[in-house]
Amino acid sequence: MSPLLTIKNSSQEAGLFVRRIIAIAIFIVILSLLLLGRLVVLQFFQHDYYTTLSDQNEIDLVPLAPNRGLIFDRQGILLSNNTPVYSLIVTPSRTENLDASVQALARRISLSQTDLDQFYQQLKTHRRFEQIPLKMRLSEEDVARFMVDQYRYPGFSINTNLMRQYPFGSTFSHVLGYVGRINQDEVAHVNPANYAGTNFMGKLGTEKFYEPRLHGQVGYQRAEIDAGGRIVRDLSTIKPVKGADLYLTINAGLQTAAEKALEGNRGAIVAINPKNGEVLALVSEPGYDPNLFVSGISQKDFNILINDKSHPLYNRAIHGLYAPGSIIKPFIAIAGLDSGKTTPTAQINDQGVYQIPGTTHIFHDWTWWIGQHGHGLTNVTKAIIESVDTYFYDLAHRMGIDLIDQYLTAFGFGQKTGIDLDEELAGNIPSPASKLRYQKAPWYPGDTAQTGIGQSFFQVTPLQLATATTILANRGLHYWPHLIYAERLPNGHFVYELPRQLPSVVLKNSTDWDVVIHAMAQVVTKGTGTSFGQTPYSVAAKTGTVQLIGKGANGANRATSANLRNNSTFIAFAPIENPQIALAVVVENNAPNAAAVARKVLDYYLLDEHHLPPAAETPHAH
Amino acid sequence: MPIDFLKQKLQRKESGTQYRTIFQVLHLDLYLLFGILALVIFGFFILYSASNQNLSMLLQGVLHIGLAAIIMFAFAQIPPYFYERWSTWVFWSGSFLLLVVLAIGKIGGGARRWLNLGGLHLQPSEIMKIAIPMMLACYLSHKELPPRLKNVLMCLLIIMAPALLTIKEPDLGTGILLILAGFGVLFLAGIQWRYIIGALLGLGALTPILWHFMHKYQKQRILIFLNPERDPLNTGYHIIQSKIAIGSGGFLGKGWLHGTQSHLSFLPAHATDFIFAVCGEEFGFVGGLFLLLIYLYITGCCFRVAYQAQDTYARLLAGGLSLMFFMSVFVNMGMVVGILPVVGVPLPLISYGGSSMITLMATFGILMSIQCHRKLIGN
Repeated sequence: MSPLLTIKNSSQEAGLFVRRIIAIAIFIVILSLLLLGRLVVLQFFQHDYYTTLSDQNEIDLVPLAPNRGLIFDRQGILLSNNTPVYSLIVTPSRTENLDASVQALARRISLSQTDLDQFYQQLKTHRRFEQIPLKMRLSEEDVARFMVDQYRYPGFSINTNLMRQYPFGSTFSHVLGYVGRINQDEVAHVNPANYAGTNFMGKLGTEKFYEPRLHGQVGYQRAEIDAGGRIVRDLSTIKPVKGADLYLTINAGLQTAAEKALEGNRGAIVAINPKNGEVLALVSEPGYDPNLFVSGISQKDFNILINDKSHPLYNRAIHGLYAPGSIIKPFIAIAGLDSGKTTPTAQINDQGVYQIPGTTHIFHDWTWWIGQHGHGLTNVTKAIIESVDTYFYDLAHRMGIDLIDQYLTAFGFGQKTGIDLDEELAGNIPSPASKLRYQKAPWYPGDTAQTGIGQSFFQVTPLQLATATTILANRGLHYWPHLIYAERLPNGHFVYELPRQLPSVVLKNSTDWDVVIHAMAQVVTKGTGTSFGQTPYSVAAKTGTVQLIGKGANGANRATSANLRNNSTFIAFAPIENPQIALAVVVENNAPNAAAVARKVLDYYLLDEHHLPPAAETPHAH
Repeated sequence: MPIDFLKQKLQRKESGTQYRTIFQVLHLDLYLLFGILALVIFGFFILYSASNQNLSMLLQGVLHIGLAAIIMFAFAQIPPYFYERWSTWVFWSGSFLLLVVLAIGKIGGGARRWLNLGGLHLQPSEIMKIAIPMMLACYLSHKELPPRLKNVLMCLLIIMAPALLTIKEPDLGTGILLILAGFGVLFLAGIQWRYIIGALLGLGALTPILWHFMHKYQKQRILIFLNPERDPLNTGYHIIQSKIAIGSGGFLGKGWLHGTQSHLSFLPAHATDFIFAVCGEEFGFVGGLFLLLIYLYITGCCFRVAYQAQDTYARLLAGGLSLMFFMSVFVNMGMVVGILPVVGVPLPLISYGGSSMITLMATFGILMSIQCHRKLIGN
């Protein structure tokens, strides 16, 4: 191509291009005028028409809150119910004289100052066309009074809601938690569309953990609404989808029995089915009445709960951190046997005192405190049965803290069990690192010895103790402890939760399990747990007592108070041949004895509840 | 020819300019930048109201625009010859991604418009908004213009193949924009009127095929557009509601944050595709006119770039991108005021959502690059 031609072409192209741009500009102007013309038509000529549509007869989209799923125990006993309540709501934009109407209404129905304060508070933060509750939980009388002359109060109407109700009151408070009014922070964490009609959400416990399953799917009613806020015509409805019903692994009877056994004291009981990790009972005493929280707890009631010295709001079963005391000994024994630091027959001669080689500090066995002088020749079995401290001081010292922690970690101590509750704490097992972190102090050999008897800087939850006991009962198998048993979907189908296995504790020599379990079986027959008494079923158990004095008592006058009496701990599983239940009991300040509490719980489950396994199913005891 | 004269004069004047401002150094076009800024500020007011005064949503919007502005700046630094060199590559990789998305959507069983790249949602149809004008400009700049029939047919293939894939995704709105902008490039390249008339006739014949490609809900929307009363409660309800919102706004509107229709009632997608209805309700005719004028101003700035561009590639690319911008505005507003069917096209720079905003700002970046690299190329 000659250069001349190129130049000619390019200028021709450019000229063509400019003509085409002008054409497009004209095109764009035409389209813009089209849009503008349309706006003129809509906003000038049809303005009145659309204003009427907008003001007079609004098509409103009323969100229909789904019914919250119910919660049952494993046998279908209703634990968390929905009951209808009436509330008086106001749409400010539709009222004629808001203040006068409210005053007139206050003469007809009972409105407390709190109701009014809350209403005027919300009035400031809501838009004029949003609904604001004036009074929750209207009595039927008030409903009737209002309905008679509703016509006098445009913009006021009665809403029927379902409210959560807990028929058993405090018994299941620490399992279920409660629902409460959604607050600003929580709004940010949910899908606003799905919660458009919802006033309540789970705040604690199962209600919180399973909120997404319990809540359901919002529905909408599209309705024509007149200026007074009344529905003139229902145009279409998308039905809400009810939340799933939950069935918990809890045995309501057992839970009630366990709560009764602890009644009036502070403590916790966790009972688990070792075969699948199902939590049968989870009690923390004292409990509280979750019904108080549903409609918004009054300041007075809340102060009572918060100032109660026994902290009823505190879930000791998963949130309470305790030193385990002697009930750690079977686990230390397993660790000692498996690591080869002791054997089933190795003995020490216990004189009631123990001195770490090369140091001067003397550790005393508990017998020393009651005026005796040791247990004499002691092997691991006797050490568990009679809870011989010196044996475990020595064993722990020889194992060293790192080896001990390795086994304690395998049994799940010092970490969350992963139960389906948000409030669980991990606790802590003694280690040089954690001591440095929390106490800013170096690790001494004496700390290792103290770890051997479950004192030192130990913090475990009753749930961890119960879970570790299931591992003992299962000879190593570890199941995820959980509260969800099944879910009934809105279509009626049941979805069952399958047991989930976690990494097992595998011993080099599985007969070590037998040694420890055999010793635990004798704890209640001739050892420290004889207060447990004779039972028709076989029980493997371990008692514990945790000294509190010297563990940071900061009030001088409290030295004599009940608060500083020792904690009593107890773990057990039964029957030994075919474990049905494993449990951990912690009773603060040793009243009553944890063993006696455990006895009542086990008796209920294995005797009253005719849960003794049929003979054919029982494996042969060795 | 008077136009040649004009052009030469213009070029002489341009090349005579010696001073370089900081904006020229940064390759930013001040006129365009001013328009974008005005639009974005007005947009934040509308979005704040449309989101029911949701501050976190507004902040999210600020974040989107901030990110998009960085991309615009980056794109403005890349010289036009670089775009030209990579046009084919961009087009093919965009088309490939489009196929991938469609395949994944088939496997996943449902609509799929984006690829998930570790939290980043990549929407290949958005890439095509730039890739098609690029490819066409690249292809046509090497051909004799006005294009011959076989070249026109080739261009049709370049436009229709990705556009139909996009419609199949299903994303009718973006698909239509791709077609409109593609034809715009062809038109700017000087395609002869007889082809245009032929194409229009052909389109008439093609309509049934296009209809076949559409999804049921897309067909539904078009039928309802033709007669909203056909379905006053469902899809038609959206159009009716948006008309009530705009119509009740009147001349001056109900005032900022005082729209009732868009907050109380079910104005669908009032923070995204239907955000113009919020503007119409709260700022009235004045607000709508103001917004349209800003858009026209920006469109003008864009076409100025095309007009002043010095080679065929830059001219066609700038023209195609400019048209893409205006058509997005028109299709969205037309849908909200009820003169076009409801196809999901967001209102440029105002609707909430990051994906289209990034493409758009990248577009502005390319335009600024073409504008500000002028003196370095050509004669």
